[in-house]
Amino acid sequence: MRFAVLQFPASNCDQDCVHAVRVLGHSAELLWHKETSLGSADAVIVPGGFSYGDYLRCGAIARFSPVMQAVKRFADEGGLVLGICNGFQILCEAGLLPGALVRNRDLQFHCEQIYLRTDNFSTPFTSRTPRDKAIKLPIAHGEGCYFADPATLASIQAKGQVLWRYCDASGAVTDAANPNGSLLNIAGVANERFNVAGLMPHPDRASEALLGTDDGRSIFESMVDALQQRTAAKAA
Amino acid sequence: MKAKIVITPKKAVLDPQGKTVQTALEHMGYTGVAGVHVGKYIEIDLAPGTDKAAAATALDEAARKFLSNPVIEDYKLEIVD
Repeated sequence: MRFAVLQFPASNCDQDCVHAVRVLGHSAELLWHKETSLGSADAVIVPGGFSYGDYLRCGAIARFSPVMQAVKRFADEGGLVLGICNGFQILCEAGLLPGALVRNRDLQFHCEQIYLRTDNFSTPFTSRTPRDKAIKLPIAHGEGCYFADPATLASIQAKGQVLWRYCDASGAVTDAANPNGSLLNIAGVANERFNVAGLMPHPDRASEALLGTDDGRSIFESMVDALQQRTAAKAA
Repeated sequence: MKAKIVITPKKAVLDPQGKTVQTALEHMGYTGVAGVHVGKYIEIDLAPGTDKAAAATALDEAARKFLSNPVIEDYKLEIVD
């Protein structure tokens, strides 16, 4: 499968994403923010970093870049899009995902390992995630506090769009395990069609055991599975 | 002519920055502070001869679509001579 990894000025996890895809045996190409086409990409990853210096708001300027117009069209047509960290912020700013990310409640930049509970396993981003344990991933952000108004929160919960929540090692969703003050401990969400998802933690930095945890792999493997199923369905 | 745009966090959004400033004010001895909200101020210089009404309409759209995020922020737009 061919993944396009977007590259904005001050993206800094683009190479990590490319690596995470390649260790799975799939191809990943960097796509500069001025590109207007995604080419023949099967899926898109919007990587972490500080696109456009995080000026105005995180992701606010990136969402208007030429490549993001192509990503919107791709998402509208059902293409798989995953946003990680700053990529999640960009997808929220673009209106492709519900809610917004604001300053961490303690005003600190958090760089640590956290645990995630997966709330919905029936999505192209979570189907391969182990059912029996919390996954361990790193976070590195100052503005990862998830916010949405009460109506949006109720709606995304009811529809199963909350994919990941911060929890402790045993899988319990507690306030102590919430690193940034996110409402309902939300670490990542999907859109209503479940073809676009974003999360603050970094599966890209956790795709090999050598890095301390390879729990992030399952998210990319889930996407590959979903793409292969689509290809098989098209061929049939 | 100038456009002045004040952007503030919505009341429902956690504003740890405002809270921290409030605590600091209290520690400094300033009494009677019931709440602090830290936002942004953007000033846009308008080219000479710009139509005020048209500028107000265009900048209101820009404030809604780009300068603020309606999920988390409110804004006030003012155009002054």
